[in-house]
Amino acid sequence: MLDDKKKPLVQVRNLKMHFPIYRGILKRQVGAVKAVDGISFDVFKGETLGLVGESGCGKSTVGRCVLRLYEVTDGSIDIDGTDIATLSGVELRAKRPEMQMIFQDPQASLNPRMTVGSIISEPLDEHKNMTRDEKRAKVGELMDAVGLARRFADRYPHEFSGGQRQRIGIARALALNPKFIVCDEPIAALDVSIQAQVVNLLEDLQEKFGLTYLFISHDLSMVRHLATRVAVMYLGRLVELGDAETLYMSPKHPYTQALLSAVPHPDPAQAGNIDRIILEGDVPSPANPPPGCTFSTRCPRAQPKCKQDSPEWEEIGEGHFAACHFIE
Amino acid sequence: MRDQSATVLDVANLKTVFNTRDGEVHAVNDVSFYLKPGELLGIVGESGSGKSVTMMSLLKLLPIPPAEIRSGTIEFDGRNIRDISDDDLRQIRGGEIGFIFQDPMTSLNPVFTVGFQLIEPLRVHMGLSKKQARARAAELLELVGIPDAPARLKDFPHQFSGGMRQRVMIAIALACDPKVLIADEPTTALDVTIQAQILELVKELRQKLGMAIIWITHDLGVIAEIADRVAVMYAGQIVEHAEVKELFANPQHPYTRALLETLPRMGEARAARLPSIDGQPPNLDHAPTHCEFSPRCKHAFDRCRVENPQRRDVTPAHDVACFWDTNAGGPIDA
Repeated sequence: MLDDKKKPLVQVRNLKMHFPIYRGILKRQVGAVKAVDGISFDVFKGETLGLVGESGCGKSTVGRCVLRLYEVTDGSIDIDGTDIATLSGVELRAKRPEMQMIFQDPQASLNPRMTVGSIISEPLDEHKNMTRDEKRAKVGELMDAVGLARRFADRYPHEFSGGQRQRIGIARALALNPKFIVCDEPIAALDVSIQAQVVNLLEDLQEKFGLTYLFISHDLSMVRHLATRVAVMYLGRLVELGDAETLYMSPKHPYTQALLSAVPHPDPAQAGNIDRIILEGDVPSPANPPPGCTFSTRCPRAQPKCKQDSPEWEEIGEGHFAACHFIE
Repeated sequence: MRDQSATVLDVANLKTVFNTRDGEVHAVNDVSFYLKPGELLGIVGESGSGKSVTMMSLLKLLPIPPAEIRSGTIEFDGRNIRDISDDDLRQIRGGEIGFIFQDPMTSLNPVFTVGFQLIEPLRVHMGLSKKQARARAAELLELVGIPDAPARLKDFPHQFSGGMRQRVMIAIALACDPKVLIADEPTTALDVTIQAQILELVKELRQKLGMAIIWITHDLGVIAEIADRVAVMYAGQIVEHAEVKELFANPQHPYTRALLETLPRMGEARAARLPSIDGQPPNLDHAPTHCEFSPRCKHAFDRCRVENPQRRDVTPAHDVACFWDTNAGGPIDA
């Protein structure tokens, strides 16, 4: 079992996603938004890899690339032994049931004109050859699994609250028995008391079906709770990746340190004595990233070297990676 | 329950109702709170708990109808502002009471320069000349930490980043030296590192300018960091109110306790399972006849289902609307 866990299910190597910028009447390409610029990571079987970063850092783009919802610019994405970055349409379609996605906004990602039952069974229509009764039975099973009453199958999404809608999205993602699910900010649009319900559900399902998650979020405390390992992203690149416990207890990259220290602690007794690193300025534009280390413009430790050379992605401890010239 | 000495704002029994086609929505139910000069009152609650509508009701920023402020008194600076004329109210809005909204992109006008939007309240409320107003506007931008302030007055909102836009919003709200600043989820749309910058700025400005602030948020972490007192709202009512340290150390209402428990903490060992609150927040289509939290409450008993609890003092500075005595572990005396 332990050995099985250490096997990577997903291997991403040197992934690049550049969106071209066109200008002028001839629509010539004048540049590119380097949303993802050369990142590599593994997701092990049965684990949750948390991917954190601020808005605009490219974390959602990574999630979409990994499922090949975008045509990637460069790199390989190996899921369970197949490089999906180069698969043809037909082959990719056959592979789709293994990998699914849960979206951020359950309002926008559910078709308002379809009933809950038809939303959940749509993947079955597409990929499976099931009779109507088989489908109905499967939908019922899925609704049980995510904690929705079966009698709601004929209702429409607007009749549900945010948390329940997210459950519908989860049931749809589970319909084809996937191995790998990308969760793109699945709780960001929910209230605090509902967030915990959905997070617990995701954990239960992971245990029950042996799922592997890539969990994308900007909520650092929730990621700490949910993730086995955590990757931190800044301006299209990974800056640090490690075991969740190690990363949160002793972050090595100055950006990770600043990001973690910025999270407000729900404890007024401590409010005065937290060493907070306040970063100056804003995230630079990914269309025109600074030379050298992309974080050098805001880094409290930046040296002249950082503005010229881009730091290597190196293993600095067992399974702990970082990209910085001045790791202490 | 209330300390009447020197309050800038004293709201009593405020009730706001929306008249819709499907009947009345009781968004704010019998809400009372006060604000002392220079303090920061945090208002916590989930979406739909009525925290924003409460604040909008104060200055009649709601569309009336369908909204209707049914009852209550709003005493600001010795006057009941429910009685004063719309013209006088306009003097208070953006003048003596400043407002910061959640989303700086939608609350700044995209077709006017930031300078124009900053100068407008200065001319209207303070009667400054154009030149004076321009100088003051540059000062304000500098105060909120925008570099190269005089030149940036000519820029439009889209030329600023999210954090910078929120700084502009703060500058506009501060333009006329308000006695009270109402901030409605001012950091919710921002990233954590930018939120940390804005929180630092607000702490600094409070020391410098000394206005009273009402800070609306759903983030208990932010509250812990900046608030002096906290009111917790649920289903249009204040269910608990205490000083911030007291509230976090000794929460009385089952809802407050549950909210605090559901928060994953960064500094502590990872819990096997997050404690969650089952069920959904209630529909507000009726005036409360029972405790609105009772369907989700693990302590609920018969009385909670037939009577709406009123706020009672736990200590002179701490009150809670609940029939369950958390310290004694049993129902309170009827």
